[in-house]
Amino acid sequence: MDKSLLNFISQAYMDRNLQRQIAYTRKSLFDQGYLDEQFIQLEDLQDDANPNFVEEIVTLFYSDSARLIRNIEQALENNPTDFDRLDDFMHQFKGSSSSIGAKKVKSECTQFREYCKAGNAEGCIRTFQQVKQEHATLRRKLETYFQLARQSDV
Amino acid sequence: METGFSSPRTDAFPAGLRVLVVDDDLAWLRILEKMLKKCSYEVTTCCLAIEALDLLRERKDGFDIVISDVNMPDMDGFKLLEHVGLEMDLPVIMMSVDGETSRVMRGVQHGACDYLLKPIRMKELRNIWQHVFRKRIHEVRDIESHEGIDEIQMMRYGSDQFDDWHLLSGHDLTSGKKRRDVDSKHDDKDLGDHSSAKKARVVWTVDLHQKFVKAVNQMGFDKVGPKKILDLMNVPWLTRENVASHLQKYRLYLSRLQKENDLKASFGGIKQSDSSSKDPAGNLSLPNSIKMQQNDSASGIYGMPGNKTLPQSVDQKIHESDLKGIVSLSVMETKKAPIHDIPDPSKVSSSRMVPNHPFGQLEQEVKYARFNSSIPKQYAWSQVPEVQFKQEHKIHHRVENGFNHLPLPGLQHHVQVDFIQPTPSVSSRPFNKEREKPASIEIKPSYNNFSSHQTIQVAPIGTATNLFPVQSESYAISFHTPAPTLTATLSMKNHGLNQIFVNELESAQRNLISGNCSGFASSDGDLISCLLQGNSYATNVELQNKESFNHNCPELFVETPTCLNDAQRFDYDYPWESMEYPVIDQGLFIV
Repeated sequence: MDKSLLNFISQAYMDRNLQRQIAYTRKSLFDQGYLDEQFIQLEDLQDDANPNFVEEIVTLFYSDSARLIRNIEQALENNPTDFDRLDDFMHQFKGSSSSIGAKKVKSECTQFREYCKAGNAEGCIRTFQQVKQEHATLRRKLETYFQLARQSDV
Repeated sequence: METGFSSPRTDAFPAGLRVLVVDDDLAWLRILEKMLKKCSYEVTTCCLAIEALDLLRERKDGFDIVISDVNMPDMDGFKLLEHVGLEMDLPVIMMSVDGETSRVMRGVQHGACDYLLKPIRMKELRNIWQHVFRKRIHEVRDIESHEGIDEIQMMRYGSDQFDDWHLLSGHDLTSGKKRRDVDSKHDDKDLGDHSSAKKARVVWTVDLHQKFVKAVNQMGFDKVGPKKILDLMNVPWLTRENVASHLQKYRLYLSRLQKENDLKASFGGIKQSDSSSKDPAGNLSLPNSIKMQQNDSASGIYGMPGNKTLPQSVDQKIHESDLKGIVSLSVMETKKAPIHDIPDPSKVSSSRMVPNHPFGQLEQEVKYARFNSSIPKQYAWSQVPEVQFKQEHKIHHRVENGFNHLPLPGLQHHVQVDFIQPTPSVSSRPFNKEREKPASIEIKPSYNNFSSHQTIQVAPIGTATNLFPVQSESYAISFHTPAPTLTATLSMKNHGLNQIFVNELESAQRNLISGNCSGFASSDGDLISCLLQGNSYATNVELQNKESFNHNCPELFVETPTCLNDAQRFDYDYPWESMEYPVIDQGLFIV
């Protein structure tokens, strides 16, 4: 076969492959409950004026939330536990998570606040681990996703 | 982050609504900014409450509405809310991820006009303008209520005089306003006569118009000028501008008549009865119109009886608009059935359709005219019944439409031209146009038909008494009716309208309208859906188009197996997805 034709075909396959991956990655994020409808809202807002809007917001979220996580960790270390303050932080964290549709993270936040209201420090600490874990997992997945998407933008 | 301040664009409300967003969450601030911009609002963002207050104080009247999060680090959101309410009196919307009733309650107590829960959807933001609008309305109402009190007091004390004055001037208190509104609406649409639309409305009554025409004729139509007319008319309160705009309309009307006249010529056999004869027996508006036509005989076709119905003393309220509107259906008591010159049966039959139309027009006119029971039998056209129906403006419209189809449009004008000369007939001119047609045919009519058709009092005085001259060409109805639907209908091409008159005009009309509407709607819908499909296809193609032959290929290939594994495990949809690519690809690469 002609070399150029071969190249042509293999590129087509690779492109298709990439697209498939992107679509799959995205879909599984929703299917597995990591993201909710808010993420789609962000995608809808993305346009020519803001072609990387979704990624921008996600980046903002992660820088904001990193700060909040630090605050909470510090507050948890305090004795006695200031539940009001914790609740306040977590409220902010939850609000932040809702901006990108971080579904699992949000639900862990809600759980945390329940423990706060109950004055259960133990529960708070445990749940907070969950919060951090979900937070990190989502970050990884989103990074992968954006990487793929960027490749296809070339 | 702050964006510039700019004044509100009131023309395209609610676009340009100036919103101040306050939120310490940067992600949300950005999202809200983007959403609001998409709604065409002007957005200013702030991440601190104190900063927001400063901004608000700095730019008094610089914002229309404030959206603020409840949880702010430097100041409680509710406190901010209070401040804004007190100092700036702006509507404030609260936001929070927490939807607990107690919180919401607090918000409301502190004066929030709305409370949104995060995550916020764009559609929720789109409607925030209502809060601004509502506030403005309430403010206006407050002011008006004060004024209203004065009016009421006046009424009580000088009610008699007050009423009389209103009656004479052709409108009453309550309906006056409405009419004005309607008028302005219509006027704006009408001829785009900006000058009149903006000035105080002059009600061109029959008498006034007659004076006007008299003045015009005195001078000779060609040499006429508003100033001269004004002088001749000798109406102290009338301004030159009023006359000028009226003249403009009059000219338009005449030119239209001229055109129709030409058309009419083809119909031939148009006899003119002596149009200038005034029919002493005041015609009812309806009859008037009919008569006019008859008189004109131009509508020879119609065999109009020789009465000229000149609306005379009608106390109609003629809204200012174009001449057509001036049909002051004076209540001419036409006693005798002018039906002398009944058109040939042949003609009659041909114009069978027409009669409807003319009637339609008549009706319109009638509508506007205030008829009293004195409707003479003459009116007794068989069509009268229709007229009866036409109490609704709508009906008129329809008639109008049907009218369009009539091949006799020209007829009308003809007669009218004649009328123009004699002063008295002037006012009925507009009618003539329309009337001709109707007048013709049914003349034979037995007055019997009319028994109680005196219901022709179609137009309650309070309503627009314009007889809108339906322009045969454009059928742009310029009547000022309180029924805005009319105009709408008319503007729709009534291609399919026929003279449906006779029976349930109303329902028929409704059907017509809805039929038309749906017709339009569906065609639009189809078009839109086609476009959408086209668009979506385009984007699909684009996606596929990415020629990303990159050096990461090896990696891709490596990653693929895991993906595939996952696919096997999770996504049974996946195979389907993979299927679609080839198809699109082909389309893509065949480029």
